[in-house]
Amino acid sequence: MFAGRPRRVVCIWFPRLASDRVLRACPVDGPFALTLMQQNTTRLYCLNAAAQGQGLQRGMPYSDARAFCPDLQSQPADTAAEERFQLVLRRWATRYSPWVGLEGHDGLVLDISGVAHLFGGEAGLLADMRQRLMRAGLFAQIGLGDTRGAAWALAHAGEGQAAPGDPLTALGELPVSALRLDEKTVIALQRLGLRTIAALDAAARAPLTRRFGPDLLLRLDQALGRQPEELSPMAEPPHYGVRMTLPEPIGLTDDVMAGTERLLRQLCTKLKAQEAGARELMLTLRRVDQGNQQVELRLAAALRDPDRIISLFERGISGVDAGFGIDQLRLQATRVEPLPVQQISHVSSDRADQVDDLISRIGARIGLENIQRFLPADSHIPERSFIVAPAAYSKPEGGWAAPRPRPLSLFPPEPIAGSGSRPPKRFRWRRMSLSTARATGPERILPEWWLQDDNWRGGLRDYWHVETRQGWRLWLFYTPQNPGWFVQGQFA
Amino acid sequence: MRKGRVHEVCGPSAFGFAAVVAGLAGTRFLWVRESWQGSVLNPVGGGAFFDPAMLLVAQAKDQLDALAVTEEALRDGSMPVVIVELSQPLSLKAGRRLQLAAKAGRSTGLCIIPEGMGSNAAETRWHSTPIYDPKDSTLNCWKLIKNKTGTNGAWNVRWQAASRRLHMVSPAGE
Repeated sequence: MFAGRPRRVVCIWFPRLASDRVLRACPVDGPFALTLMQQNTTRLYCLNAAAQGQGLQRGMPYSDARAFCPDLQSQPADTAAEERFQLVLRRWATRYSPWVGLEGHDGLVLDISGVAHLFGGEAGLLADMRQRLMRAGLFAQIGLGDTRGAAWALAHAGEGQAAPGDPLTALGELPVSALRLDEKTVIALQRLGLRTIAALDAAARAPLTRRFGPDLLLRLDQALGRQPEELSPMAEPPHYGVRMTLPEPIGLTDDVMAGTERLLRQLCTKLKAQEAGARELMLTLRRVDQGNQQVELRLAAALRDPDRIISLFERGISGVDAGFGIDQLRLQATRVEPLPVQQISHVSSDRADQVDDLISRIGARIGLENIQRFLPADSHIPERSFIVAPAAYSKPEGGWAAPRPRPLSLFPPEPIAGSGSRPPKRFRWRRMSLSTARATGPERILPEWWLQDDNWRGGLRDYWHVETRQGWRLWLFYTPQNPGWFVQGQFA
Repeated sequence: MRKGRVHEVCGPSAFGFAAVVAGLAGTRFLWVRESWQGSVLNPVGGGAFFDPAMLLVAQAKDQLDALAVTEEALRDGSMPVVIVELSQPLSLKAGRRLQLAAKAGRSTGLCIIPEGMGSNAAETRWHSTPIYDPKDSTLNCWKLIKNKTGTNGAWNVRWQAASRRLHMVSPAGE
């Protein structure tokens, strides 16, 4: 990155990140631990200093810990919140350097090459960092070295700094466990008598590689700067939100619409730069009395055309209660989908767009999932020969084939009187007496045994297409295993 | 049937009538229904009349929502045919609103109504009954029982699934 200048890397290790995060919100006096279900046992996940002072360790069963230390206070751990907290810390650390990455799940690594002088040198930078972290209630160990491996080693084996260009002086006395090795290798190395990094560096390389594989010496070389190691900063996720604060509150629908349109144009420019389209939008209107009014808009297709979106907002905005006036508008795309730029053909019509708009508009009233389309399904069971899918999240499909005539409307089976395996000559259905003129069938349909379906408890069915002298054309079935006649559908 | 108006159909095979209308139009269409109703349209059976890929179904909570959706879709014009199943009689105001919406969007509306619950605003009202025919099983009798711009009448029609065409049969031929 900076040719000719030594690279300097800081590693911050938070040994008690999880418990510090919880204790920041509600401080506790005395021993405190977070517990997590691991290997079918509730185990200690993270401890505070007081608990460690009582002799408790990470990973010990919670019941044992309670026996050792009866006044232990505990709380279940929330690993997802910790990951979020680590990202927050990462973002905070960009105040020192733009090049910040995550280290494991409880550390950060910063490349501070060429930025230390802004904070009064490396010592000043570390002191500032330490002071701010302490004020935030986070216990941290900070290591500074030429490489990522050296910084990691110094942070985890107590605190320390390695002078530029001379890692071995600072690292030499550290135990081999500071080299990011797995536990088995560390124990094996200690049995061989290689307790420190200096001893490991002095040993012959070839037998070590033969015994432990290339990984051990790669870690050593990375720490000592003989092998390069990359440090990847995380990209900031794009933020799709814009807001506008007004000097005077507004209350008219037209004014709010005009403000929304301005925000929408900004947002759509952002979306266009990322080749994305909004699927769900949230407009938050803050009133003078600090109340919030929210307007949610769900679209049938990803969209970034402000003129089309603004007309869809009309219904939602007209229902807003402005109270004493609105002084802040905030528009956020809560769900975003990729929407690549497409070639506009001169023959394509805008019918599909218009239909999508219509679906969005109707969906705003009755719910987007209540507008459905049918997709073909591979099943002989009449109720399952099609799938009902929300139109906004599916594409129309072809491949509709009916090997035999199927009724136009289906209803839940309605029992009729009748006996025998032939359709009854006369029967009553829906208070009408009908007489069979022609019956086509039977078509035997077996239940799908691999699916549980209560409607098919009656066993297999023989379907008949019955035309009555009165005109009704019905779909009857007979269940031979459980004798009975039912009407299930009507032909056109 | 005139475009840009709302029509009504009742009778035992009203579903068949609606399917034929959709099939003859050959375009996208929207079927609005109330979600509590027991009988559902079977797209596999409907394949004989129209292309099920062209069909969108809107499940409304009650008749008020169903009418609102219908009006919106008619006014928009991107759905040339909108079919709505109604369970209660339509007031004159609601019927007139649908007519205006259909006129604005130049699309055709069709209400499937229970027998004897027509609205005065409808352009035409049809009564469709299936008729038993020893040779064929698609014969229907369509009676025009209300017509704002002409005379009433009755036709016997038969549907040809292969070509999706309607065939008129003379009543004397029975």
